[in-house]
Amino acid sequence: MPGSTVIETRGLTKRYGSQVAVDHLDLRVEEGEVFGFLGPNGAGKTTTLLMLIGLTEPSEGEARVLGWDPRRDPILIKRQVGYLQENMGFYRDLRAREMLRFIAELNAIAAREADRRIEEALGLVGLSGDADKSIGNYSRGMRQRLGLAEILLREPRIVFLDEPTLGLDPEGANRIVELIARMNLDKGMTVLLSSHDLYKVQRICHRVGIMAGGRMVLLAQTSDLGADGNQGALEELYLRYFKEEGS
Amino acid sequence: MSGLKPLLRKELSDHFSSYRFVILFALIAMVSFLMAYMAGLKIRDDLAGEVKPTFVFLMLFTSSGIGFPLVQFVALFGPLIGVILGFDSINREWNEGTLSKLLAQPIYRDAVINGKFLSGVLLVTVMMLSIILAVTGLGLYTIGVVPGLEELNRVLIYLFVSVIYISFWLGAAILFSILFRSITTSALASLACWIFFSFLVPLGASALASSSSPLPGEPNSAYVVRIARMQSTLSLISPMKLYSDSAAAIVDPLRRTTAEFVQVGMLERISLSRFAGPLSLSQSLLLVIPHIVLLVGIMAVFFAVSYVVFMRREIRSL
Repeated sequence: MPGSTVIETRGLTKRYGSQVAVDHLDLRVEEGEVFGFLGPNGAGKTTTLLMLIGLTEPSEGEARVLGWDPRRDPILIKRQVGYLQENMGFYRDLRAREMLRFIAELNAIAAREADRRIEEALGLVGLSGDADKSIGNYSRGMRQRLGLAEILLREPRIVFLDEPTLGLDPEGANRIVELIARMNLDKGMTVLLSSHDLYKVQRICHRVGIMAGGRMVLLAQTSDLGADGNQGALEELYLRYFKEEGS
Repeated sequence: MSGLKPLLRKELSDHFSSYRFVILFALIAMVSFLMAYMAGLKIRDDLAGEVKPTFVFLMLFTSSGIGFPLVQFVALFGPLIGVILGFDSINREWNEGTLSKLLAQPIYRDAVINGKFLSGVLLVTVMMLSIILAVTGLGLYTIGVVPGLEELNRVLIYLFVSVIYISFWLGAAILFSILFRSITTSALASLACWIFFSFLVPLGASALASSSSPLPGEPNSAYVVRIARMQSTLSLISPMKLYSDSAAAIVDPLRRTTAEFVQVGMLERISLSRFAGPLSLSQSLLLVIPHIVLLVGIMAVFFAVSYVVFMRREIRSL
């Protein structure tokens, strides 16, 4: 049901000691949307994602993902949410296909169904030919695509992607961005992605939010940013916060 | 139970395909083979001429062909098995970034640590069982003895106690791998723990015991007994002591006490051997039940501590 709210936070806050990582964040994401979290490193993007999936306890505030509280029902949420972490790790000794099979087992997908989904996912990310190589020999771009394959085979309703294009060459990054767009269009997945690289992800996001210092400083529809003037304005804002954070 | 089965399977297949396990197993198997074989030869010589010796099979574990007996060998180097299997179990996954990937799957967090621990315990069981079976086979070959029912029972209990003992070290190693992010540090901490409990505690116990009681003008037997009692109580802190005491009493039916003999004069020795009959299994067990319970207890405590630390760890630092 497109249009219904799948992610909602109210006053979500995370403190590490005296440092505030996320500061009273209010956010709503609708089903079928691609939402881009933009912002410099350390703006609180990753922490927000971790809190939404129940891997980190919020210090204050409320969060609901698909109506569940990540504090109380993280397992229910994780069944429906795929998470691609930043600098994701792989078991280097495993072959890609074995890794995917292991993920399928952890998600309690029946063997035959798993095999079908694994082939499909490998085909989608373009790794069918390399599925029996060990992951240790994969390039960074291939690993990132394998990470997406892991998510695809789980067929989640929502995907969290943390810096999916980080450290990739322009071609590799483009490929990832294409894939994300297809996950949204063909599979109807709601996408929440974080990036510090405005230009790479902007074109596939329906909405972007700029975070700085744990706060959402700007929220905008990308369709409103079509005109050059606005585009410049967003960029300027983004650069301003980026600079502040750096200094 | 969500997720435990695939994790357990993966851990086991990782272990079995790792060089670390293969080398460790080959080493342990080699040494125990050699020891049992030498012990067998020695027993054969010793018993030549005896009409109907009892519990010959168990002597394979307790008599020393070269250096020290098998039971003692496990007491000393069993901890290394546990440490080697566990010292990098959690922090390796941290460092490679696979831990947060696991935890992002719809599984309970404790499935991860349970899987690690259980797979280690299973592996240790397989290792000890194959060593014991190998020794049994060698016993048949060198001295041609078939173990009786009671001997089998004793060996099974010995297996159980050994697995508990090594699992304690596995639990300790896993705890260090949760506490320290660096693999080298956690390995070192586990080894330090092993050296402390296995070598320093017995030494320290005797030093502490003799320094705490003032030496009477004329050394008398009450003093010697007091020191010895204190020393053995203090050294019960060491899991190695707990293990070797209980293992020795279980495998050796002629052992009637876990206490060490303080002074056995000629007459005492004769009277002891004169009346020494083997204890029944239940009596032997009764002797060491407190030791075994303590051993199980400290293993459970170590695992519980790692469990709690792991469950409470902030994921951001994972």
